[in-house]
Amino acid sequence: MPTGLNNGFAKPPGGRRGSLRWLLAAAFLLAGTSLWAQAPNSCLDCHSALDPPQQVTPEQFAADIHAQKGLTCASCHGGDPTKDDDQAMSKAAGFRGKIKRSQVPELCASCHSDGAFMRKFNPSLRTDQLAQYKTSVHGQRLAKGDDRVAVCTDCHSVHDIRPAADSRSSVHPLNVAATCSRCHSDSKRMKPYSIPTDQFAGYSASVHHEALVVRGDLSAPTCTTCHGNHGAAPPGVASVENVCSNCHAFQAQLFDASPHKAAFAAVSMPGCVTCHSNHRIQHPTDAMLGTGPQSVCTNCHSEGDAGFKVAGATQQKLSGLEAAIGRADEVLDRAESGGMNVSQAKLSQAQARDALTKARVSIHSVTVDRILQDVQAGAKLAEQNLAAGNQALADRDYRRWGLGISLIVILVTIAGLWLYIREIEGRNRSRPA
Amino acid sequence: MPPRLRDWLDERLAWHQIADFLAHKTVPLHRFSYWYFMGGITLFLFGVQVATGMLLLLYYRPTSNEAFESVQYIMTQVQFGWLVRSIHSWSANLMVFTAFVHMFSVLFLGAYRKPRELTWISGMVLLFLVMGFGFSGYLLPWNTLAFFATKVGTDMVGQTPAVGHYLMVFLRGGEDVTGATLTRFFGFHVALLPGITTLLVALHLALVQRQGISVPPGIEAEWKANPATRRDMSFFPNFFLREMIAWYVALGVLGALAALAPWELGVKADAFAPAPAGIKPEWYFLFMFQTLKLIPAKIWLIDGELVGLAAFGGAGLLWTLLPFFDREGSRFGRKWIVGAGIFALAYMSVMTVYAYWAK
Amino acid sequence: MTPEGSESGNHSLPRRAFVRTLLGSGFLGSLLSFFYPVTRYLLPPPASEFSSDEVVAGQISELKNNTGKIFRFGSKPGLLIRGADGSYHALSATCTHLDCTVQYRGDLQRVWCACHNGMYDLKGRNVSGPPPRPLQQYEVHVRGDEIVVTRPQRS
Repeated sequence: MPTGLNNGFAKPPGGRRGSLRWLLAAAFLLAGTSLWAQAPNSCLDCHSALDPPQQVTPEQFAADIHAQKGLTCASCHGGDPTKDDDQAMSKAAGFRGKIKRSQVPELCASCHSDGAFMRKFNPSLRTDQLAQYKTSVHGQRLAKGDDRVAVCTDCHSVHDIRPAADSRSSVHPLNVAATCSRCHSDSKRMKPYSIPTDQFAGYSASVHHEALVVRGDLSAPTCTTCHGNHGAAPPGVASVENVCSNCHAFQAQLFDASPHKAAFAAVSMPGCVTCHSNHRIQHPTDAMLGTGPQSVCTNCHSEGDAGFKVAGATQQKLSGLEAAIGRADEVLDRAESGGMNVSQAKLSQAQARDALTKARVSIHSVTVDRILQDVQAGAKLAEQNLAAGNQALADRDYRRWGLGISLIVILVTIAGLWLYIREIEGRNRSRPA
Repeated sequence: MPPRLRDWLDERLAWHQIADFLAHKTVPLHRFSYWYFMGGITLFLFGVQVATGMLLLLYYRPTSNEAFESVQYIMTQVQFGWLVRSIHSWSANLMVFTAFVHMFSVLFLGAYRKPRELTWISGMVLLFLVMGFGFSGYLLPWNTLAFFATKVGTDMVGQTPAVGHYLMVFLRGGEDVTGATLTRFFGFHVALLPGITTLLVALHLALVQRQGISVPPGIEAEWKANPATRRDMSFFPNFFLREMIAWYVALGVLGALAALAPWELGVKADAFAPAPAGIKPEWYFLFMFQTLKLIPAKIWLIDGELVGLAAFGGAGLLWTLLPFFDREGSRFGRKWIVGAGIFALAYMSVMTVYAYWAK
Repeated sequence: MTPEGSESGNHSLPRRAFVRTLLGSGFLGSLLSFFYPVTRYLLPPPASEFSSDEVVAGQISELKNNTGKIFRFGSKPGLLIRGADGSYHALSATCTHLDCTVQYRGDLQRVWCACHNGMYDLKGRNVSGPPPRPLQQYEVHVRGDEIVVTRPQRS
């Protein structure tokens, strides 16, 4: 049905053959715009075909946070990605080539320390990384001309940098220790610096590693938690206790009030680390107290001095409490398997175990009276639960006595019935039909 | 009975008629007479269940929030609560057992034959009701085992063709096992089932009184040949006293079980936790459960479970109609029934034991 | 049953009395051993309310302002706090980090976990340290002299 004027569409110029040309032009434009959306990047075109270390593939670069925010190769390296070869890498286009290691921090900081610039991308990102870096051992050595130390790209990678919160990032908390260990566990590399290379091995055997990497508890510490990240340096003997006390506040408070604080400071021994080690921190055991072979107290204290006595007394009190809890457990288990319900007492046993844990913390005061507070609280509970268990056993016995009596009554009744039957059946028990 | 009381009752209830009837009631005496106790013991255990059940009702709370805690309260805080609850649980299991023994002894002693067909049918319905009591009561403590056993059991009901889904929703009070299921099962257990059971027990007992105690066919033949050898025992007081002994023995067994092997509490049910491994229904459903586990997934084109359910349903129906297969004078029918009885007993026993071993 | 043909002799009077005494006392004894437990069962125990969703956490005279108290809620500990302004708050006392029991610190007016220095505010929100989630909040009502803590019911 004619609707006039080509169904409302404007007539293409040039008639029918003209419409074909229009189609072709449109197709080219579409293809062109798709290319334009990715922006011509002659850098990636060539460098994706090269071998490492010059190789950078588009897939790699697409993962980089900078690329995702719209930066290109030229943002750091200069040059012109829209041109080919000579013109792309010309001095005129500002091409800088491979950045020297010693210049990397300043290059990154040219954006990352510019607050006004960073605000345009992520206002909550810090901008003091370079200032921090200059205080670190890495930064100080770099300033003296040693370019074998870590610079930004060694930890954060290059061309495929991911934000730290991304679990695939080399600086995500789960991966930090492995990243640091790339240099710090390499004995050949560390030789000139005369520092040990067992930190990663020690950390990997520690409770912190188990919490963080194995259990996934992101609140557990890794290298940077204690050493700092950009301003990385060992805390130092006098201040390592402050670092531990950020989480282990209670132990630190007790230690500060104890005679150990002054004593350790006097001989420049670090708090916490002296007994617990710095990297290979294992779960403490009662054997670390007292005067036995695994005791840490006997490292300094010897027979006869006050500390030796405290060490012995402490271990004795703790193992006494543990034994009391064990005794109550044994009786409660027996009562339970005898059919009694002891769930209340078992609950209270959990509280007794809590008290034991508290007592194990209070040993940091190295004051027997203080430790006794928790030990006695726990002992009281264990005693109550032992009594409850014994009561349950007594109740069980009472039930059995009650059963015995009622069975006797039943037997008497049955005997009475039987005798009565015999008596009346002297007369007529059964009748013929 | 004091004469004045007897006269008082007689003037109002024609007591002398009842007394005469009871005085003349007899029980046949032969080498199988001990089996006559089984029905009475089942009745006694039912009485125990009603009494302990009513006591439990004083403290039990039938909501998913509080059911477990209320049973825990009964077991730990209420004076002799442990005794009442353990007796209730043990007596339930014993009652299912004695009900089955009673049914099989009636079958093997031929007490289902004419004119006692209605007694058999009412008895079979009572047996199904007892199993219903067991299934509904099992959920009430609301522990993990009970929750998942109910889930599995009602899932299987849902497999029945056509009506299965509606039946399942009716039982569960919804699509899943929830607090609504608990409320519903509680209603079944303390009101619906007891009501129907009381009526049927009354009918069952009335029929037995009306028709007298049956004599097994073999003994019947012996006595027919030699009438002088027939022996009967008066129900009152002789058989009744012996029945009292049996009931006291049952009471003693219950007390011992309750005191020496109290029923466990378990762990409160959590609908969102995965089912624990090896979940099984109570022992009296095990033979069916194990059979269904052994049936292949598909038989010809039909779903295996469906075939199993159909088989059990069919078997139950045929079993209820058993008396009609043993018409008067048909020795062929009797042999088949005894054979079927032996087969059923053996099958159920073997399957139950197997289910325990199989885990 | 008992074999036929047993003696039909009359038992002597003392013998009959003995049997009757035996039967009577047995029957009476069995009645007593039934009624004794049942009667004690019928009388409610002292702790008549056992609800798992409601508990009396303390008396109003027990807590001063800006102090806290641990109470038992079912099988877990709870923390009852009387704030500096006299208002009551109740929270689950199980730390969401590694399950230690928390306490109220009047000096910080915060809920504190001694294990790894975790901090929560009076509404249970985790404000610093390792705890990954807030503490569960309970409702508090004053009923006469008692402080009653309830938790939302699960179906």
